[in-house]
Amino acid sequence: MNKHARERRDAIVLHLVIVPLAIVWLFPIWFMVVFATMPENAIFSPDILLVPSTEFLNNFRELEEDAGFLRTIFNSVLVAVIYTALSVLLTSMAGWALARYRFAGRGAVAALVLGTMTLPYFVVVIPQFIMVARDFNLINTWFALIVPPLFNSLGVLFMRQAFLMLPSELFDAARVEGVSEWKIFRYVAMPMAAPTIAALSIVLFLFSWNNYLWPLLIATRPDMMTAPVALGSLIGVTRVSWGSIMVGSVLLTVPMLILFIALQRYFISGITSGAVK
Amino acid sequence: MRRNRHAYFFLFPFLAVFATFWLWPIVNAFYISFFATRTQPWVFRPEANWGRLLVDPAFANALQNTLILMVIQVPLMIALATLLAVMLNSPLLRARGLMRFAFFAPVVVSEVAYAAVFRLMFNTDFGVINKLLGSIGLPELDWFSSPTAAMAVIIMAVTWRWVGYNAIIILAGLQSIPQDVYEAARLDGVSKRQQFIHITVPLLRPVIVFCTVLSIIGSLQLFVEPFLITNRGGPGGATETLGLFIYRQGFGVFNFGYASAVAFTLALLAATLSVLNIWAARERTA
Repeated sequence: MNKHARERRDAIVLHLVIVPLAIVWLFPIWFMVVFATMPENAIFSPDILLVPSTEFLNNFRELEEDAGFLRTIFNSVLVAVIYTALSVLLTSMAGWALARYRFAGRGAVAALVLGTMTLPYFVVVIPQFIMVARDFNLINTWFALIVPPLFNSLGVLFMRQAFLMLPSELFDAARVEGVSEWKIFRYVAMPMAAPTIAALSIVLFLFSWNNYLWPLLIATRPDMMTAPVALGSLIGVTRVSWGSIMVGSVLLTVPMLILFIALQRYFISGITSGAVK
Repeated sequence: MRRNRHAYFFLFPFLAVFATFWLWPIVNAFYISFFATRTQPWVFRPEANWGRLLVDPAFANALQNTLILMVIQVPLMIALATLLAVMLNSPLLRARGLMRFAFFAPVVVSEVAYAAVFRLMFNTDFGVINKLLGSIGLPELDWFSSPTAAMAVIIMAVTWRWVGYNAIIILAGLQSIPQDVYEAARLDGVSKRQQFIHITVPLLRPVIVFCTVLSIIGSLQLFVEPFLITNRGGPGGATETLGLFIYRQGFGVFNFGYASAVAFTLALLAATLSVLNIWAARERTA
């Protein structure tokens, strides 16, 4: 068999395996979209429904009545935007300190950051809840939704790595010119690390947007719930139709998918950061 | 000296959040795990929680379910992710961007949204999975009433969501293997399969170990899937995981001491398994 024929055969085998797998993997997302457009009685149809219908707006209206969903989407956006901005600032500053300065306790800080990275979240969440909800009575507040999850050690490592890649001569020159350390960080280093910051921002935004357990504990009043918490509260409630739950799922998912398609490079470098050096 | 001061200025906001909302809670969790917290005021009684762990059948059940899920799901997913990475890396592949999208998209889907979809798809009476099974002549399954089937749903759901993530990491590992290694092997007449076993797999080992460790830690903490897909660990606790058990103890009945003791057991388990995994991988290369 010559090389050409063998390659052809390999290509056919490859696609015979990967194309069905890809269809299986895309199916739940497509199914979510289709079901969001179905009338309530479609669920009793014996057919496998794969083409969208026309009831999206009706299902949305129902979802809005059941959960005040638009308000919770607004809450989610607000929390995610502020969370991302604050977290980028905090992790960049810490990453900059670890990358650029020698100081007493540097090893200890690095060890703490690394040591907590693989710690299961459940160890933290119980006392965090006791402190925030019980001791300080901050349940149903923006502060409680945004601030406690801010700690992110992967972000620090990611930013430290980005700053280490930048030429230090540049910063030394700025220092000689008498530029303050804050200005060097803010106006020289941060802009140069922009691609990394973009990747990190996406990861942080996605984390906050999808975060479920913490807001589930902290947001108990419907007007303070984030969208995942509101949607989760409808799952399993018999009077709520699947069509409206799927509308909620689509509203949570499709914006992220669009963002992902538009910014795929940053998404992948952000989400796989720290994995491969 | 001046430099020092600046470092602390840059570190301060991060460390303040870290100390307040992570370090202190972790220390505090360990402390309260020694207290009986079912009644006010809390009383120092280590055996109330740490002793209960040894005899509580509900904890044993959650631990067993979590370990079963881990032992089946992690190897399955890592094997599939490696296969996917190799396929995605093939120069013969068409529509590469679409393929990457198909497998990676689940990672950005909200946990709650994906839980809702899986619950709907596997519904016994009108779920699309049973319709598909029926249409090819297979018996329909009562997915959420059978313990085994419910576990299978969780394994499929978790694999669907995370396999692409692992595949992308392994793919990056594949692409970092220098091409001239394969070149040399080809000149020596080493077959494609032999190249895969003797070059690709050993060089990928660190990446695969990394993915395995991350997946183990993740699978030990499963919460949303049993909480929302199988409706609070159903049927009858058959899919109750450690994560769900801690949630119930902590935020269902507010027994913070016991929940903390279980959480530290989980952390210990995660650390032990991670170290074992890394150690086992080292052993074979040496």
